[in-house]
Amino acid sequence: MNVKLIGKHEKDPRACRDGLALTLNELMARDKSIVYVDCDLMGCVNTKQLRKNYPDRAFEAGIAEGNAAGISAGLAATGKKVFFHSFGTFSSRRCYDQIYMSAAYAGLSVRVLGSDAGVSAAFNGGTHMPLEDGAMYLSIPESTVIDPCDYDQLASVTRQLVDVEGVSFTRFVRKDVIRIYDDGSEFTIGKGIVLHESGEDRAAIITSGIMVDEALKAYEALLAEGIPVRVIDMFTWKPLDEALVVKAAKETGAVVTAENHNVTCGLGSVVANCLAKNCPTAQEFVGVQDQFGQVGPQSFLMDTYGLRAANIVEAVKRAIARK
Amino acid sequence: MNEKKLKVLAAEIRLETLKVIHSRGFGHVGGSMDLADLMAVLYGEVMKFDPKNPRWEDRDWLVLSKGHAGPVSYATLGLMGYYPMEEAYTLNQPGTRFPSHTDRKLTPGVDLTTGSLGQGVSTATGAALGNRIDGRDSCVYCVIGDGEADEGQVWEAFHFACAHKLDNIIYFIDNNGYQLDGSTDDILAHGDIAKKAAGFGLHTQEIDGHDVTAIYNAIQAAKGQRGVPSCIVLDTSKGKGATFAEPKHEHSSQPKEEQWLEAIAASEKELEAARNA
Repeated sequence: MNVKLIGKHEKDPRACRDGLALTLNELMARDKSIVYVDCDLMGCVNTKQLRKNYPDRAFEAGIAEGNAAGISAGLAATGKKVFFHSFGTFSSRRCYDQIYMSAAYAGLSVRVLGSDAGVSAAFNGGTHMPLEDGAMYLSIPESTVIDPCDYDQLASVTRQLVDVEGVSFTRFVRKDVIRIYDDGSEFTIGKGIVLHESGEDRAAIITSGIMVDEALKAYEALLAEGIPVRVIDMFTWKPLDEALVVKAAKETGAVVTAENHNVTCGLGSVVANCLAKNCPTAQEFVGVQDQFGQVGPQSFLMDTYGLRAANIVEAVKRAIARK
Repeated sequence: MNEKKLKVLAAEIRLETLKVIHSRGFGHVGGSMDLADLMAVLYGEVMKFDPKNPRWEDRDWLVLSKGHAGPVSYATLGLMGYYPMEEAYTLNQPGTRFPSHTDRKLTPGVDLTTGSLGQGVSTATGAALGNRIDGRDSCVYCVIGDGEADEGQVWEAFHFACAHKLDNIIYFIDNNGYQLDGSTDDILAHGDIAKKAAGFGLHTQEIDGHDVTAIYNAIQAAKGQRGVPSCIVLDTSKGKGATFAEPKHEHSSQPKEEQWLEAIAASEKELEAARNA
């Protein structure tokens, strides 16, 4: 792991989807066993170039996600390393039994990519807003679940996914994300990243995805009030970096999780499971509070669902008060 | 093709299928027994496979998308020498390698995991696509139940196979006319299923699913097609040869022990007759 934090709360002019497409293009050039399956959404993640460059290995399965998931599993059975993309809703609940049985249960590796994580589905609205996609994949045995926060993290994760066995699910935001990390940053799937820590930390914020920037803003606001906190980018929800969670809980005594997902069965829940088993700790949950999605700009949705730095600040104070 | 040899093998598969399910006392007799003739033609004449190397890269594949017919696979693979036949008499016992529905991780010779209906059609199609990428001269044989064809995924997979011009896969529809709750006409009234498959663009034939020569010839005709997947509709009798199951077209059976013994004795007699024919 070689991580360089920028954390200036500035939008990255590069779109994450372009980093994903470029990375897949490079990987497919190097490794002839990599194949790509999409469900009429290549145009949304700029992967049409894969079909052009590798017509025998990049496939359109059309608007039929259940079949596409099965096609992916069948390709895996012949030794192919399969990446399968659709919007987060359709690559999770629309094809869940197919991913569960045809791929995971059957011992076949499929790398599922779910675009438009959580409220980033914005103008496609509640029908297209995956707030439970992580929950569904977390509950598949032996799965890997990842919620990257920016261009470089998604690209780094994609390179590693080639060697991840079993079913993995990577939920990502297509464009307009805040840049968190500098060029050349490399991450290790399964290892959380401590972005801020000190011997005086009074709580730990464990977060991922678009909430990392909000957590960094909360850190600054709390520090200004004389409350130092630890900030951890837990981009791998499963397998969870339990050692890092336990260490943070023991050293700070209070935990806040912040996620762009329903708080029921998401990052907050896996952290809570870990804490309950290892060191029961006061925890507050920032995220969508068991609600459905709705249409609107992402900024409106983040305000509406309480996905802001201010919500994290309040949650930290509540958690500290519960110590 | 040696018709007599295949008829004898089909009778052996029927007898062993009964014995496999009898070992547990209950199971999916109906949809297993009616596939014995197809399995005899595939494993006795058509497919290339190596029981000593079940995952041989250049093998032909058999995907029983109607996964509940597992016992007919276990009987066939046992007869082909993938494992001692007796081992399959542990059907559904704790720790067995022979579960109700076929499982690629457990049973040597089982190519894909099935059980949730419709899904094996997609995975089989994906395997055919993978074999084509690698330029392998392998054919995927995929067996679909007529009740299973209620699932929209079956037709999604057909659509995909036609669009991608996969000519290294042959789908069989076991058209026995019955599913768990009754006749297929009574449940969703498929109508002419061969016509529907043809309408999706598949090269389609409909034959007597208990005539080994007709099955063999249909497979040869299918293999002669270029740029188009094939579908062979097998008109079958659910429970074929199981004296307690066939008259009622039973989906799953739990007969009394004397009924089992009667069915096994009748099946042994059929085998004897096939050998002496």
